[in-house]
Amino acid sequence: MNLILNNIPALLVAIPLLASAVVSLLPSARLAWGVAFATTLICLYMAFELTDIISSSQALTYAFGGWEPPWGIVFVLDGANVYLVLLVAFVSVITTLYAYAMLAREIAVEDLPKAYAVWLLAIASLFGLAMTGDAFNLFVFLEISALSSITLIALGAGQDRRALLAAYNYLIIGAIGATFYVIGVGYLYAATGSLNLIDIVDRLNELGTNQAAITGLAFMLAGIMVKAGVFPVHIWLPAAYSYAPSAVSSLLAAIATKVAIYYFARLLFGIFIDITQLVDFFLLYILMPVSFLAIFYGTIAAIYQSDLKRLFALSSIAQIGYITFAFSLNSHSGISAGFIHIINHAVIKGALFMAVGIFALGIGSRATMLSMQGVGRQMPITFAGFVMAGLALIGVPLTAGFISKLYLFKAIFETGNGFYVALIALSSVLSVLYLWKIFEVMWLKEPLKPLKIDKEPASAYVPVWLMVAVIMIFGVYSGDVISSGIGAANALIGAR
Amino acid sequence: MSINQFLLYWNYIIVIMLMMAGLYIIISNQNFIKKLVGLTIFQSSVFIFYISLGKVSGGTAPILTGIEDTVYSNPLPHVLILTAIVVGVATNALGLALVVRINEAFKSIEENKLLALKKKDGLKETST
Repeated sequence: MNLILNNIPALLVAIPLLASAVVSLLPSARLAWGVAFATTLICLYMAFELTDIISSSQALTYAFGGWEPPWGIVFVLDGANVYLVLLVAFVSVITTLYAYAMLAREIAVEDLPKAYAVWLLAIASLFGLAMTGDAFNLFVFLEISALSSITLIALGAGQDRRALLAAYNYLIIGAIGATFYVIGVGYLYAATGSLNLIDIVDRLNELGTNQAAITGLAFMLAGIMVKAGVFPVHIWLPAAYSYAPSAVSSLLAAIATKVAIYYFARLLFGIFIDITQLVDFFLLYILMPVSFLAIFYGTIAAIYQSDLKRLFALSSIAQIGYITFAFSLNSHSGISAGFIHIINHAVIKGALFMAVGIFALGIGSRATMLSMQGVGRQMPITFAGFVMAGLALIGVPLTAGFISKLYLFKAIFETGNGFYVALIALSSVLSVLYLWKIFEVMWLKEPLKPLKIDKEPASAYVPVWLMVAVIMIFGVYSGDVISSGIGAANALIGAR
Repeated sequence: MSINQFLLYWNYIIVIMLMMAGLYIIISNQNFIKKLVGLTIFQSSVFIFYISLGKVSGGTAPILTGIEDTVYSNPLPHVLILTAIVVGVATNALGLALVVRINEAFKSIEENKLLALKKKDGLKETST
């Protein structure tokens, strides 16, 4: 047992990785799903064990093969990423459960074992991204994550051939982003001679202001922003999320971009903040305006969007804008607010995408404002969960979204600029518009035609409701989420 | 900096030229396979950048020679690039596989035609 407990960080990546190889060879789709689901459950258990270890000893450095840092590759776990690992594990369990009902209806049966293999590969790479403490190792996980997500997105081609174009677009843009990141790592390595993120901080402090290191930072940030879907480089995101199979959209929308945002925060606050004034400049004059553009562009574009999946993908861009805005406040409470929203938005958007997938299944075509008329009345159980998640997205009290907004406002008031509060409040009101539009179409209008399926599949709406339950729990008993956000800020910039 | 000193960095100048050529191909070309070619050139420029970083002038491969005061090149960037090359091959393979599927589904791999077809798909959807 100790052998397992001592090696949890490595096993979290290794088990899904090995399981994916096994799953791809299995003959039956049901068996493949069983193995995949068992794997995610094991990962969730291990992630829980990790939170126990971290809360008792603060930070954990896992050196691979006994090669001590800075020579070997390390996984570093501290307050900033341990809850992220738990989030990835939890969302992957729920979405895998959801995939059982949905994936089989959206792609060919003989492809299913291979699809689950890629699915596990994506999950393994997200764990790796969240934990690695090595700049180059991160690039490798970044690419595993990109290639597996692209494959999963392209699986949507069975339903809609445009999925292929979305996947190709993501491949090109993602590869440019990842290559930018590698250039940045190269500069940083030239300046410091190290790839270990903690070691790099020490060496940069000795070096002082160094042009090569700053250039490296710029390249790395540009690359990570592509993966995180931050506003000006988000263009791959709406198409990718809207044409992917619905189980895939919910997995990717919930956690794939969140992990990249976490690393974005770690680069800025964990490594470069004390080394160069440029980080302050970047946060105030670049990231903050861009975040507002993201919030308003995403929200307004969502209001005019008729396709539901694309609508929520656009709203994801706005929500990522909230997170980067919280970071751009450059304060302890701002970083906490950002991390709280990372967790809350992951469960909210996961639930919304899952519900939209069930609606699309019910009507047998893409979910648009025209085809969705009255579907809420025909599928009341899913629709109720959908509405709850929608309310959480706006930030109604007693939901997780309210806690996010509350802490965001708290962070803004600490910086003393009430103007930002007005802008955030305005954007929340605008987000009511698109959700009301959906509610009106789905609930107040008469159904157009009978559903393609007899009744709502329980195996599909149970995961949605599990996610909604978590949203409600986080909204009422929010202590754990808040302390994880504060813990993340403590780990990144020290307790203030 | 005189022109001679500038030319001493010729390897980095080549890296920048390749990088820009690659990016330009990706942006300007309509053909999806040519875009992948551009991507490969773009990635290769970064490989050369890393390899240049690790080279120590007069250095040999880092194998113990037994002679004291041997100058060795830094092997680490070279090893990193070995990994990056593998990643690049995987990206290319997936990209080409996608292009094959796109060609099967749309009967074209030219960007402007594909965009028109994509728009048509969208219109068909809203009319039904």
